[in-house]
Amino acid sequence: MKRLDCLKAIYPRLEGCAVVTIMGAVAAELYSLGHRANFFYLEHAMGLASSVGLGIALAQPKRKVVVIDGDGSVLMNLGGLTTLARSRPNNLVHLIFDNETLLSVGGGAPGGYKWFTTATATGTDLAGIARAAGFPRAQMVRELGDFEEAALDAIDGDQLSCIVAKVDAEMPKSFLIDVHMLENRFEFPRALQTKGGVN
Amino acid sequence: MPVSVANSQVVYDAMKGVGITLLSALPETWLVHLVRMADEDPAMTLVRLAKEEEGVGVSAGAHFAGARSAMLLQNHGFLQAINGIVGISLLYKIPLLMLITDRGSFGEKDPWQTEGGKYTRPVLDALHIAHDDLRRPDEVEAKIAHAMTLAQASLSPVALLLQRDLMWEEPN
Repeated sequence: MKRLDCLKAIYPRLEGCAVVTIMGAVAAELYSLGHRANFFYLEHAMGLASSVGLGIALAQPKRKVVVIDGDGSVLMNLGGLTTLARSRPNNLVHLIFDNETLLSVGGGAPGGYKWFTTATATGTDLAGIARAAGFPRAQMVRELGDFEEAALDAIDGDQLSCIVAKVDAEMPKSFLIDVHMLENRFEFPRALQTKGGVN
Repeated sequence: MPVSVANSQVVYDAMKGVGITLLSALPETWLVHLVRMADEDPAMTLVRLAKEEEGVGVSAGAHFAGARSAMLLQNHGFLQAINGIVGISLLYKIPLLMLITDRGSFGEKDPWQTEGGKYTRPVLDALHIAHDDLRRPDEVEAKIAHAMTLAQASLSPVALLLQRDLMWEEPN
């Protein structure tokens, strides 16, 4: 399963949501599908995308918040899953692309070395951790059709959900994001605070 | 418990007075009443963190969504949150009000608190984070208001260091 295909499957449904992504491949591939003012790319602070999403979800309880995370980032803030679970905002969906590597920070660089894998490569089950942390819904999917169904159902639903998608450890075609971080930082809240929704 | 209830209330009321509707916190002894007040206030959203760095993200999200927030933490919590402060607040120019209980200064009886306190100001200074002390109840309201004003105007983190004289009442 490819990350880009997963993103294509949910892209139309992100309209009106507050979308927070991690850095690297996830941000670049979402951007490649067409930037929107309601997308915020957190280009640093690995692990905190879901914390940013939590702050939005609590402050705007009627807004659907979609956090698009990765295994490397989530593993840097496993405690954050417990904070999400106990806060239990019913308007937050935590999507985690699990490629079992630290691809975007150099863990997938070509050069003959084995890739720098994360613990999910050796059996750590992030959906299981989310479930055990107290997420009312957490599941792992391996097929595109299953991802599309689960992710869209979670976005349309009304409970805190975590969908872990096992995806190929593949570099994006480009890491280009032609929206400056600060431009993104200012347009995003403007979109969220504009009356009548975003986009 | 000799943590000052009256002065905690002064701090809490001042936070409410500047429009704070969300607090993220990890407890420490001096913060016990502030956390309780937030918990008992239906108009306040209290986020109980597992680790302080998360609170930087939560406050950024609240800011994006148009809400004012603050973090309640201790010296070591501040030290723990540095990567988030640099990687979100400073990098993205996002206001962040931190109320840090300043343990480890003169009068500290707990040996384990004495190291973190030494580095709090130097690290704040190294990051060019404006900070001030809260020492007397009569200065709390104005200083919290000024701190919030500066955080919002400068789009930066600002810290207030809660001092022993304010938070702790030695038993008679």
